[in-house]
Formats: sequence, structure tokens, C-alpha cells
Amino acid sequence: MTAPAVQPPESSIAVDKAKPCIVTRDLSAYFGDTAAVRNVSITIPQQAVTAIIGPSGCGKSTLLRCLNRMHETVPGARVEGSVEILGSAIYGDGTNPIAVRRHVGMVFQRPTPFPTMSIRANVAAGLRIAAKKGEISGSTDEIVEEALRRAGLWEEVKDRLSESATAISGGQQQRLCIARALATRPRVILLDEPTASLDPLSTQKVEELVYDLRKTVTVVIVTHNMQQAARISDCTAFLLAGELIEFDSTRELFTAPKDSQTEAYVTGRFG
Amino acid sequence: MIGLTYLAAILATLPLVLILVHLIAKGASSLSLAFFTHMPRPVGESGGGMANAIVGTLILIGVASLIGLPIGIGAGLHLAEKRTTPLAYTVRFLSDVLNGLPSIVIGISAWEFLVRPVGHFSALAGGVALGTMMVPLVTRTTEEMLLVVPTSLREAALALGYPKWRTSIAVVLRTALAGIATGALVAVARIAGETAPLLFTAIGNQFWSTSLREPIAALPLQIFAYATGPYDEWHRLAWAGALVLITIILIISIAARFATRSRFGAPVD
Repeated sequence: MTAPAVQPPESSIAVDKAKPCIVTRDLSAYFGDTAAVRNVSITIPQQAVTAIIGPSGCGKSTLLRCLNRMHETVPGARVEGSVEILGSAIYGDGTNPIAVRRHVGMVFQRPTPFPTMSIRANVAAGLRIAAKKGEISGSTDEIVEEALRRAGLWEEVKDRLSESATAISGGQQQRLCIARALATRPRVILLDEPTASLDPLSTQKVEELVYDLRKTVTVVIVTHNMQQAARISDCTAFLLAGELIEFDSTRELFTAPKDSQTEAYVTGRFG
Repeated sequence: MIGLTYLAAILATLPLVLILVHLIAKGASSLSLAFFTHMPRPVGESGGGMANAIVGTLILIGVASLIGLPIGIGAGLHLAEKRTTPLAYTVRFLSDVLNGLPSIVIGISAWEFLVRPVGHFSALAGGVALGTMMVPLVTRTTEEMLLVVPTSLREAALALGYPKWRTSIAVVLRTALAGIATGALVAVARIAGETAPLLFTAIGNQFWSTSLREPIAALPLQIFAYATGPYDEWHRLAWAGALVLITIILIISIAARFATRSRFGAPVD
């Protein structure tokens, strides 16, 4: 095990006492008839980093994609149960999935900058839609700068904002995608294995960034890298075959797991 | 073995080189400003040009594009979005069949539906025949170019809160645009030199005409008429016409190449 680049916060928060941000009740997600996530009830705390870990195919990405209604964009996919984000039921009657996605940012495994757009236009991409609704104040340039600063990318790209977004490195592209997600000032940001395609140095930068983000947003990160979860998250959820096995503060889950399967996984006996 | 592939590679391009050299040798001497600006002269008089045929060909290409591009791109968008519906399978299959249909069959059909009921040949019928040939080409290249756009980009846009239609247009279509433009230009280059569909529709015209309702001259028709005629003067003009036609097609093909290149170039904004 490598030494953690970032130490978990000393005052690692107790899961049950933190203010709730995302609350799921009996959440199940299906592809056709197959359930990828089964009856997950979890309370994700506000302004903290929550990691979802588990072996490949355990449904961690699917669970994440239920939190901004991306799961249902796959043909044949559907969701049962309820999800509340900051008090509003995102699967409630009359709730528009598009509006949900505007308030919950998401970053994927591989960097997905829009190749036909400049760096600036990429960051502003979500803004254009939200700004129409009068949801975000400030000029586009200010918001783009703020988002890039929050993503730790401003110094690297401030002189080349009008260049193609594909001209920068993979690690920078990924931070650009984080900036793009942050530009609309979401309260929640979902990261789906954001460092899986990055080199170690870029990975470290993204991890530091995620660590800092907790001050302003609630972060949910899917990772198959346990060390990463241990380094950057406050709470960790362990998923196995679509079921939530254990959810606790990261420190607790990694040092004193209550479930034997969790213990087997975090000590590296399978997965 | 490697040596043989060199040989095959050279043989593959040899016909084009030979044709170009031959055309330039035979046609360049008859090319002059008059060829582009003058009308054909009556039999027996020397000189004259193919101004009407050049303009006619451009008009026919224009009409064909107005028909072929919107339908083709629209159908391609549909096929890429609704990949697995019965309608999509049917359209895809029929497109491939239409693509393989001999152009003379398309010409005869256009004659049956657009010339015979009206009672006379027309530029419009020619444009429709050529446009019909473009549709399947544009449909399939559009679909292929759209499918090359990674699903992850589509998802990224959806996750930002883009509505589905806006994702299709602002991200998917825009990313594929250069490829679609290339496909469109390739289709235009392909129909620009077609002769068979025009024999039954535009038929050709010795006089100046830009009306869609009248028969119209076209370079391939004029070349055919002059090359099979008995006069040396006509033969020379036919060669010059062929050179001009192939130059137009080459220019379109090169433009298609540049459209592809800009895909990796500077962004639009």
C-alpha cells in the first residue's frame, strides 16, 4: 500500500450526525429485467466526500447514475424507490430529469470535453442552458474563471482559453470537465471513476481537487481504487452484487468494518 | 510480397494518372476563355464553347443537392438516433438497395414520373434523378459519422442538463459535422458526372436555358453528344468538356478532403 498523498481529515465526520444531502430509500435500478442495484437505502452527508467502492460490476456506477437520473437514459433501464436531494424528491411526479441534471454535476471515467468547442466554450456549455433560466448570476467570463480556478486549471489554461479543448493533456481535460460541471454551481457533484484513465500525477491533482471541493459541494465518487477512497473520502459505502453491504465513516469502514465481506474486500482478499 | 503491394498501389492510381494526362493532352489545347463564355456554334462553324452546359451542370448539381442533402442528412440522423427500430432497419436496407441501383434505372423512373406526365423533358426531372442518387449516399455517411461520435460525449451533454434534441444538435451533429460535409461533397462529386439519369430527363439543350421547366444542357450530355458526333471540331470540344468536368469533380473532392482536415483544426468559437 502506498502512503496516502492526502491524509483523511482528523475530524472524520460521524455518518449519522452529519446533515443529510442525498437520501435514497429502497432504491433499485434495472437494465431490462436485471437488477443492477437492489434496495439501497443510504444517507449521504452534506459537504463531504462519499466514496462508493466495490468489485467490478457491483453496481456502483449504476447507483451513482441514479442520483442525477442518468440511469434512465439507457434504453430499457428503469429505477424503483426514491431519491431525495436536499429535500426534493428527484423521482417525484412532475420532476423534470433535465432540471435534476442541471443541479447535480457529473464527471465520467474518461475525459469528455466537447471536441468542437474551445476551452472557454466547454466550461460555459452548461451555463448557456442554465443562464437562460436566470439561475446563475455573473458574466460568463467571471464564471468561467471561477470554475477553472476551483478546478485548479486556471493558471494552466488562462492564456489559451480559445484553443481547442482537445489540445490539452488528458489530466487537464478531466479537470476541465470538473470545471464544466462546477460552472453551473451545483450543490452536488458525482464523479464516476474520474481518475481511472489518468496517470499518477494527474490522479494526484484530481484527488487534491476533490479533497478541496468538500468545502463547497457534496461529492460522491465511485472508485475501484480503495487507497483512493481511503485518501480522499469522509464516508465510504461498500457495494456487493448491487446491494449496500456497509456504509460508515471512511476511517471506521477501513479500520473496523462491521461486516465480514467488507473486511474481506478492504483487506484485499477479493475484488 | 511487399514489392507486389507497391506494384498494386501504383497500378491502383495509374488509371487516374493516365486519364488526367490524356485529357490534358487532348483537351487543354481547346480550352480557352471562349469555352467557358460562349455557346455552342452551329455545325460547320469553328470555335464556340460550352457555357450553357457548364451552367446547366451547376444548376443540376444545385437542384440535386437541395433534394439529396436535407433528406439524406435527416434520414441519417434518424437512423443514428433510432438505431434498432423496424423502420430504421427497413430504411437502412432500402438505402443500400437504392445505392446499388443502376443509374439508368433511376433515369427511366424519373422519366416515367416526371417527364411523361408533363409531356416534356426538364431540368427539374434531371435534378430529381440526381438527387435521388445522392440520398442513400448521404444517408449512410451521415449515419456512420454520427455513430462515430462517442456515447460518452452524448452522456456528458445530457449530464449537463441538455435536453435530448439539443444534445443531438449541439454536440453530436456538431461533432460529426465535418464528416457529414465530407460525405455530402463526395456524393456531389459522384453525381456531377452522371450521364445515364440525364438522358431521359434533362436530355440536353443546344441553347441557353436556366429554367427548371425546360430541357437543360449538362457537361456529360454535351460530351456524349460531341464525342459520338462526326466532326473533329466536336471531338476536340468533347475532350475539353471532359477536362472541365473532371476538374470540377477534382475541386469538389479536394474540398471534401479539407472539410475532413478541419475536424482536427481550430474550434469554431
